[in-house]
Amino acid sequence: MSYFIPTAAEQIPPAEVAEVELYHPRSWVTKYVFSQDAKVIAIQYAFTAISIGLVALVLSWLMRLQLGFPDTFSFIDANAYYQFITMHGMIMVIYLLTALFLGGFGNYLIPLMVGARDMVFPYVNMLSYWVYLLAVLVLVASFFAPGGPTGAGWTLYPPQAILSGTPGGAGGGIILMLVSLALFIIGFTMGGLNYVVTVLQARTRGMTLMRLPLSVWGIFVATILALLAFPALFVAAVMMTFDRLLGTSFFMPAIVEMGEQLKYSGGSPILFQHLFWFFGHPEVYIVALPAFGIVSDLLSVHARRNIFGYRMMVWAIVVIGGLSFVVWAHHMYVSGMHPYFGFFFATTTLIIAIPTALKVYNWTLTLWRGNIHLTIPMLFAIAFIITFVNGGITGLFLGNAVVDIPLSDTMFVVAHFHMVMGVAPILVIFGAIYHWYPLMTGRMLDERLGRFHFWVTFLGAYSIFLPLHYLGFLGVPRRYFEMGETSFIPESAATLNAFVTVIALIVGFSQMVFLFNLVWSFFKGKIAERNPWGATTLEWQTPEMPPGHGNWGPTLPVVYRWAYAYSVPGAEQDFLPQNLPPEKVTANEGLERPPAAAVQPAE
Amino acid sequence: MTILGIVVVLLAIGAGLYAASRVVPGARNWVLGGFTAVIGLGGLFVAAGSGVDSPVGYYGGLAFFVISVLIVFYLVKLTFDEGYAPAEAPALEGSSSRPVAEAIMTKNVVALALVLVAVGTVAFHFLSPWWWTPIASNWGYVDDTIIITFWITGVVFIAIIFFMAYCVFRYRHQEGRRAAYEPENKKMEWWLTGLTTVGVAGMLTPGLFVWDQFVTVPKDAAEFEVLGQQWQFAFRLPGKDGMLGTSDSRNISSENPFGLNPNDANGQDDVLIEGDDLHLPLDKPVKVLLRSVDVLHDFYVPEFRAKMDMVPGMVTYYWFTPTRTGTFDVLCFELCGIGHYAMRAKVVVEEASAYQAWLEEQSTFAQTLARARNDTGEELYQVLSEGETDSAERGLARWDSN
Repeated sequence: MSYFIPTAAEQIPPAEVAEVELYHPRSWVTKYVFSQDAKVIAIQYAFTAISIGLVALVLSWLMRLQLGFPDTFSFIDANAYYQFITMHGMIMVIYLLTALFLGGFGNYLIPLMVGARDMVFPYVNMLSYWVYLLAVLVLVASFFAPGGPTGAGWTLYPPQAILSGTPGGAGGGIILMLVSLALFIIGFTMGGLNYVVTVLQARTRGMTLMRLPLSVWGIFVATILALLAFPALFVAAVMMTFDRLLGTSFFMPAIVEMGEQLKYSGGSPILFQHLFWFFGHPEVYIVALPAFGIVSDLLSVHARRNIFGYRMMVWAIVVIGGLSFVVWAHHMYVSGMHPYFGFFFATTTLIIAIPTALKVYNWTLTLWRGNIHLTIPMLFAIAFIITFVNGGITGLFLGNAVVDIPLSDTMFVVAHFHMVMGVAPILVIFGAIYHWYPLMTGRMLDERLGRFHFWVTFLGAYSIFLPLHYLGFLGVPRRYFEMGETSFIPESAATLNAFVTVIALIVGFSQMVFLFNLVWSFFKGKIAERNPWGATTLEWQTPEMPPGHGNWGPTLPVVYRWAYAYSVPGAEQDFLPQNLPPEKVTANEGLERPPAAAVQPAE
Repeated sequence: MTILGIVVVLLAIGAGLYAASRVVPGARNWVLGGFTAVIGLGGLFVAAGSGVDSPVGYYGGLAFFVISVLIVFYLVKLTFDEGYAPAEAPALEGSSSRPVAEAIMTKNVVALALVLVAVGTVAFHFLSPWWWTPIASNWGYVDDTIIITFWITGVVFIAIIFFMAYCVFRYRHQEGRRAAYEPENKKMEWWLTGLTTVGVAGMLTPGLFVWDQFVTVPKDAAEFEVLGQQWQFAFRLPGKDGMLGTSDSRNISSENPFGLNPNDANGQDDVLIEGDDLHLPLDKPVKVLLRSVDVLHDFYVPEFRAKMDMVPGMVTYYWFTPTRTGTFDVLCFELCGIGHYAMRAKVVVEEASAYQAWLEEQSTFAQTLARARNDTGEELYQVLSEGETDSAERGLARWDSN
């Protein structure tokens, strides 16, 4: 008797929800512009996010030029510098990372990976993108507002954010920023509801929750976090707009600005910080969880090995998501909040390290005893682990209240969050683009350009941010236009800053190579085979590649097993696609039959 | 010095690119492209350095940059056209006929790179000249907690990288290799979770102990106040009565910049220091009361290791004991607007006798107020006569309410 006669683990339940008729586009405009197809919307999201991300990249060069070579560039003054850092931070966190992971990868991968024809609410999904685009346009408009964009730092702390001592505070800059955020949240909410409902409602037959690829789990939980966290930012943005425009005092106490008594009274600046970080900390995981999920899949596919400890990985994602709502005030140890909060938030913050560490162990254990193909997605995945562990452990410094006291607002913080939520997730984005580009376009990205891009980006980014930690130890503050005369900062710190700037420009250049690769390969790249990486997940099993309208042809796929059936003993194939019927699995008589429990974790 | 550093870096990059071209055949275009890019960046620096005032350097540098960008893109295109022309097949053959040793080296380059990253990180940590300033307060425990954290996390970091390097080296794809199928190993996962918990507890426990000390101000701590405003620090010390008078930002005016309550007897002898250094006595615990009149600021001396934001509308605090004499920089550590980076002051820590002598010389609130009233009386008259009634009226209204 062959092992591959369907066992309990490979049975499929009957469909519980009938299929819903799709919207069919009739013209070029409804197919490619006002499209309701999640795949097109995903590309639109990704294109917009990367475009605005390039603005943030250029801003980072400008600020690095100032830090590396102060007093050199006539076009960078303190005003402009603060605007650069603010817009760079805001664009990267919200308009690039959040939008690209959830709007881009979420839209593309969720319906395909769960075996759905599209999102559950395609029209709302389309609206989501257009409201996001509007938010980006309002953000861009703030560059042209009188007085320029806001320079309040991406945290937008009042009172300074809406006072005249801050760039854009008295002009339109801050208002456009707040309006843009509110629009972004409205747009995101429409998309986010879609992702959650689609995962819960539109999975195909046999696709149980515990058979979902971890990419979907990561995006799913991150979306839930975002739906719960963004309203806090929305409220804060609305209140601050009122404070600025109507003279209310939500966040504004009695203030004497430049010798003049302002009319505000009774508000609390710390209240804003609580609202901001109640959003802001889950935001870190809104970016990190999709990266966790995607990198798990990249490691598994390219190491030809099941993800190690799938169930623990799922639970870790859920636990991290839950805990991320009770750690926010670790950003506020020096804010002047009640000091006893420190005990609570330090404890919760360090506890969150435990499930996170478990994920790291399981990633490395996925490599262990694997059959590792050092493809470009795999390289990026490995680099992610290194930068993420590095950034994660510096988080253990900053999360521990007493260690945070000397380090907060130094370059150490800058280095920490760039490593953990800048470099690490972006490496995953790159890996994911190299991995799924063939699916999206039918062509492979160029290998040599990719390797060049990988090595320069990984080693460059690491050597940018590693030394900055040490400037932080020294006591170099963040958000300083220039250091001026400071007795405790040696001359060598300026040399280091110049070095970092040069590396940053080189890393920036290698991103141009990546963009070139995206465009060049689209027209001239090697034609991709079907399922070029040998992946089990459903997105590679569509009848056409790239997947067509409605994804699946006449009938929906049926799922027989989990997403990680790589190198299953007893099967001749290296991988068993999720929808491969058990009778089509070729048994390899030479191998021993595994115990039934080993095939897939029980549900 | 800076220029020398850049030159060294550029040379290193050049050497690296050359070495890469020896290992990977057909990398000539890449090396050329890399050099051109570097030269182009140099052009950008030249342009920036000379500024618009010297058009030769400015436009020359910019032209250099633009041209090198074009060359780089042309080289990239060239490489790709070569790579995908019919010549592709021989190129592949060529690579497979490379010596076996070289092939193995290329394959293991990833594992090697991982090891180098780990070793480089450790080397940088120990060789870095950038480290804590020598401590000048009682918060040595903070430094100790950081050292504990460094050891625990450092060991984990290095272990993980070495383990990955081992996996990449040992389990790299080879013909006929098949990965082990092992969905999970509960025992191992629980062990790892348990060990991590121990490590986390090892960092959290000392952290919470020291935090308890940090938030518990000793009874004998002497109070003084730091007042932040865009973009300067001012200081207030209690007078002979040892008590600071009450304050309210509604009292703030040009003659009363601290907003002290003029009717509070405790405040009359408060010592006010504006635009001058703060002095503190050695080895005496102090509680810093922090106040701001406009936006968030933060009073931080890196050598003291302790900081707290100054928040308008409330009084925040922390405590420390200066343990070393000297003059230290005070920096604002919370973004407070365009002049944030220039918001500085100095603290002088000195022996008690020198401190007392300095304190005697400072003027009190009563003195400054009397002086200011004499001055502003005249100013007010001038303002009124010039017809700027608006601000003057508000000034008068405040006088009435008091």
